[in-house]
Amino acid sequence: MSTATHKLLKGATGDWEMVIGMEIHAQVTSNAKLFSGASTEFGGEPNTHVSLVDAAMPGMLPVINEECVRQAVRTGLGLNAKINLRSVFDRKNYFYPDSPQGYQISQYKSPVVGEGEVLVELDGGRSVTIGIERLHLEQDAGKLLHDRSPTMSNVDLNRCGVALMEIVSKPDIRDAEQAKAYVTKLRSILRYLGTCDGDMEKGSLRADVNVSVRKPGGPLGTRCEIKNMNSITFIGQAIEYEARRQIEILEEGGQIEQETRLYDPNKGETRSMRSKEEAHDYRYFPDPDLLPLEFSQEFVDALKAKLPELPDQKKTRFVADFGLSAYDASVLVAERESAVFYETVLDKLANRARDGKLAANWVINELFGRLNKEGRDITGSPVNAEQLAAIIDLIGEGTISGKIAKDLFEIVWQEGGDPRALVESRGMKQVTDLSAIEKVVDDILAANPDKAAQVKDKPQSLGWFVGQVMKASGGKANPQSVNDLLKSKLGL
Amino acid sequence: MTDLTSLTLAEARKGLADKTFTSLELTDAHLSAIEAARVLNAFVMETPDRARDMAKAVDEKIAKGEGGPLAGIPLGIKDLFATKGVRTTACSKILGNFVPTYESTVTSQLWRDGAVMLGKLNNDEFAMGSSNETSCFGPVGNPWRRDGSNTTLVPGGSSGGSASAVAALLCMGATATDTGGSIRQPAAFTATVGIKPTYGRCSRWGIVAFASSLDQAGPIARSVRDAAMLLRSMAGHDPKDTTSVDIPVPDYEAAIGKSVKGMKIGIPREYRLDGMPAEIEKLWSEGAAWLKAAGAELVEVSLPHTKYALPAYYIVAPAEASSNLARYDGVRYGLREPAKNIIELYENTRASGFGAEVKRRVMIGTYVLSAGYYDAYYLRAQKVRTLIKKDFEDCFAKGVDAILTPATPSAAFGIGEKGGADPVEMYLNDIFTVTVNMAGLPGIAVPAGKDAQGLPLGLQLIGRPFDEETLFSLGEVIEQAAGRFTPARWW
Repeated sequence: MSTATHKLLKGATGDWEMVIGMEIHAQVTSNAKLFSGASTEFGGEPNTHVSLVDAAMPGMLPVINEECVRQAVRTGLGLNAKINLRSVFDRKNYFYPDSPQGYQISQYKSPVVGEGEVLVELDGGRSVTIGIERLHLEQDAGKLLHDRSPTMSNVDLNRCGVALMEIVSKPDIRDAEQAKAYVTKLRSILRYLGTCDGDMEKGSLRADVNVSVRKPGGPLGTRCEIKNMNSITFIGQAIEYEARRQIEILEEGGQIEQETRLYDPNKGETRSMRSKEEAHDYRYFPDPDLLPLEFSQEFVDALKAKLPELPDQKKTRFVADFGLSAYDASVLVAERESAVFYETVLDKLANRARDGKLAANWVINELFGRLNKEGRDITGSPVNAEQLAAIIDLIGEGTISGKIAKDLFEIVWQEGGDPRALVESRGMKQVTDLSAIEKVVDDILAANPDKAAQVKDKPQSLGWFVGQVMKASGGKANPQSVNDLLKSKLGL
Repeated sequence: MTDLTSLTLAEARKGLADKTFTSLELTDAHLSAIEAARVLNAFVMETPDRARDMAKAVDEKIAKGEGGPLAGIPLGIKDLFATKGVRTTACSKILGNFVPTYESTVTSQLWRDGAVMLGKLNNDEFAMGSSNETSCFGPVGNPWRRDGSNTTLVPGGSSGGSASAVAALLCMGATATDTGGSIRQPAAFTATVGIKPTYGRCSRWGIVAFASSLDQAGPIARSVRDAAMLLRSMAGHDPKDTTSVDIPVPDYEAAIGKSVKGMKIGIPREYRLDGMPAEIEKLWSEGAAWLKAAGAELVEVSLPHTKYALPAYYIVAPAEASSNLARYDGVRYGLREPAKNIIELYENTRASGFGAEVKRRVMIGTYVLSAGYYDAYYLRAQKVRTLIKKDFEDCFAKGVDAILTPATPSAAFGIGEKGGADPVEMYLNDIFTVTVNMAGLPGIAVPAGKDAQGLPLGLQLIGRPFDEETLFSLGEVIEQAAGRFTPARWW
């Protein structure tokens, strides 16, 4: 574990350290729910994706969806975690209309995945390893609708019974930045694995954040749990607010009440939802409708063999194979789609050993820059990987300059088309023919005798001539040739 | 054809095959019998139109030679089984007029094999009871009365409607369920045959759950052979119930008449209770003697943890029930009492929808699963359960093929006679039967004699896991020796 210095909060009595643990609820990517054949599709009309099992009709029984188990195991492998070949489903009993059975089927004492860890990169090349305590499978709940009737509430059970993975971290997180980076990284891993789409707006990824404060290195404080966060930005804000709230109470001689709180992003504050006394007694016990979940090591090994390359491995490979900086590599691998795009560009390049790094620069600076400016994501890029590769080939082989390439990129962005054909048809080729350049140089020198005379005393003004020549050639002259030619003509 | 109702299922099958009578005639005979026996309150829902439609359809199939193993046989269905399009209530007010859009696996297999549904049978509310007195539809009368008495007795429970209807010749057989003795005890109280198969033998899908790890479906029938025929159709693996076991279902009927010579029958000394009525003791010895006469060897065996079975059962079963019954909340189906908010909705609905015994068990179950009590009660009860299971395993490991015990500690009692002051008095009815559920084993109750007041008594045979065949072979030996018992009609 690399030692990342973390943020301490200043209080009246000195520095305070935050201790943070997270429970991430990640919706499993699967066609059917965890224990019923109903569809998991998002956004259907209320109660259109509900089976008899989901609605808890009398006599209905759950049957495990094996794909959800495979997804949980894949995720566990992606988190370098221990896979438990035997785990148990328990009932978590509570009454609420979004839970038709009157209990949630979850895993309490024996989760399918045990301890693991996640390497989390921070700014400035720092990193921190966050321990994973466990991952278990459980059912999602339905949704209450309070806006359809003035006197009644309605319930939509479409989401009820959809598989969730609850990923519990160890209390290894020490500040809001680490917390945000942890969620970002975890989300990235899940998306690489294809086990969760990570769509926080749709609620596919939600976090409960446990926050306590202590004097640096001191004994652990009492924690509060901030429930149901579905934005990385808000997670950061909530942690900062909550830690300061606790510090204020402690510094005034008060005590922290262990409780569940909610974050209000409009007011930027957390507020109490229920106290420890009001906490439910869930009366967990093994679900007698389900046998223990058992599978073989071979089952795990087969999934492991087919696991995709994950961001950490990809990053290492990009640095080693193409000489990318660690920073550039992590930008490229952060989102699975970005990495896929970059790798597609690499595949199309004529000489990837030569131009791999150039391609990274173009993807990060030109493409991402332009996409960000227009608020689009990589999947909606007007310039595809093949087109970008062609532009980079043209630069790499010296057919066009970097500057012309930017113009070409703009044309492709706006109008589409084959970059190589465009260079031909629009006469954008770089002029490397010395006699053609020489004529332009001579014309410029002849038109500016005064400036030519001054250059000998002020060599830095050579750049002005280079600029004039490039301008006159429409940017197509090879800048190095122009430079060399000017120097010899001016006797520099 | 006035006494079509007195045929056994096997006899009726032959009559139908020989075209001596049709399924419609057989069905009509039973429908008339049901109508004449309403005082017994065995049926909570009669479905005569459906029954005749099914009978006509199956008659056509029989004519074409396409009838299944139970073609044309009219049956009663315990109201715990979901029946598509027919009200299913578990005899609880909380289910109101709930009409399932689905058919339980067990009943769908009976219809697949040609059986005809006469209606739904009474039972203790959510199968919680040993006398059928907790049903929201009122108690069921036992066709049997004490000699010279007009007192109506209970048929046992929870499958009281099933036992009473079969004994009173209202249906040729019935489905039932058994969580702690709910098939075997009523069978013993009514001189019918009831088998609870091995846990996992029948699918639980579509059966209103009481205690999931103990519930099993099984038949109540007029003879051992009839029970074997019914179980063959009811049993089988179901991918919709992951606790059902994927092994082939044997032809149980083939086990009838098979020699029991050389079989080792265990007589468990712990089942000899203090103060056990002499006639129960006598019945037990008689049963043993009959098996011995048939060539079986009797051995005394020990099941040392027997005395812990009932207390452990009354922790495990209510614990599971408290959770299983949480879905009856007034939100989606069944009863909903008016309320100002969701908490009131739950409280009002469940307060008015559940009867006293169900509430008692939900509260016991909630208590034993609570934080701080779980280890002392639920976990400990599960450990006891493991020990009980091991007792049986040790016994079978010594070569014992089956174990013979009394089915109940007494004969049927009067309505309102037991459990009024102390529910444990009622719970003790299951003393000989709960161990079998706790161990997941098959058990059959076979009529074996009568007490001094002329009431039927039954013996129980407990078998190895998935060895129902041995129970049918041995059960038939007892049946042959004891003869069959029919109540004198008073209704």
